[in-house]
Amino acid sequence: MKFLVNPNKFNKVSNYLFKPVLVLSIILFSLGLLFSFYLSPDDYQQGSTVRIMYIHVPSAWLALLTYAIMTIYSIAALAFRIPFGFIINTAVAPIGAVFTLVCIISGSLWGKPMWGTWWVWDARLTSVAILFIVYLIVIFINLSFENRVIKEKVVAIFILVGSVNLPIVKFSVDWWNTLHQTATISKLSKPSIDPSMMTPLIIMTFAFMMIGIAIAILRIKTEIISRKLNLS
Amino acid sequence: MSLRFQRLLLILLTLVIILSAVLLILYNTRENVSYFYTPSEIEKSEIIIDKVMRIGGFVENDSFNKISSSSFIFKITDEKASILVTFKGILPDLFREGQGAVIEGAFSDSNIFNATNVFAKHDENYMPASIKEDLKDTGYWNKKYK
Repeated sequence: MKFLVNPNKFNKVSNYLFKPVLVLSIILFSLGLLFSFYLSPDDYQQGSTVRIMYIHVPSAWLALLTYAIMTIYSIAALAFRIPFGFIINTAVAPIGAVFTLVCIISGSLWGKPMWGTWWVWDARLTSVAILFIVYLIVIFINLSFENRVIKEKVVAIFILVGSVNLPIVKFSVDWWNTLHQTATISKLSKPSIDPSMMTPLIIMTFAFMMIGIAIAILRIKTEIISRKLNLS
Repeated sequence: MSLRFQRLLLILLTLVIILSAVLLILYNTRENVSYFYTPSEIEKSEIIIDKVMRIGGFVENDSFNKISSSSFIFKITDEKASILVTFKGILPDLFREGQGAVIEGAFSDSNIFNATNVFAKHDENYMPASIKEDLKDTGYWNKKYK
């Protein structure tokens, strides 16, 4: 597992991984979209609109997962002096931002027909909006400093401060009254979703994950090269 | 204690302090963070006429009445208290008796709530429409699913 902390090893392993991951993401997306649109049933209350879930929920999960990965790498980079953590932070922040944006846009499109509104300022929606802004600030800090050593430390510290938002996003629907419904899938209880609707959800989650990894590999390799050439 | 471990400890401690600070703020402002009040919370507190607020709960069964094509009267309940609501406008698709809803508006007097916006709230259960028919046919349809 050294390739997760060592740029040279990462380069070698990712050369083998990139194509399979890309092919897998294409297969999973084709299969997932087929299931989402044709092979899954209408919801008993929401009808066909429930299919927005198969985009909305995977992107929300991956927005949080990407931030969690950045948080772990920031701790590793600052505490254990692992510079690869800084590379990861720079490379994956835009990917997480896009996942968050997809989650917000698909959520709005779902909210309008179901709730009767595009957007409300309840705790869940607001905390996800903050997550998006935090991602944007991480990207902007990455673009703004001239001194790379100072920049990457500021980025890592800011990511750690922003990670406070993660439990708030997750538990907002339990802690406060929100228009957004509570979690369907949690480890403690049986999921309140039918297996026929769970299947496309899981496939789409892995599809999002694979496309995320594929783009991350490209971005991380670019970042490694640009550091070697001292471009940034 | 190694330097790495000291740094790790410092980072984790800082995170815990920041998190508790934020949670303390949120806990003490929870009434403003919450998107709506429940009918029983309203019943316990003093009603201020014409103050804009939001109430959330279920649309009480057999309480929905159409006055005209775009004017409705119904009750919002949380099974402990209920509030009479009037609304002029278009109701969202999911709005029906027994379904969750959030109402935005103000009390016009101490027991009538004038809604300006109605949002339907849906729960975390997802089920194929065909299963509902099967359950109804066999008599196993649980009213709790709504």
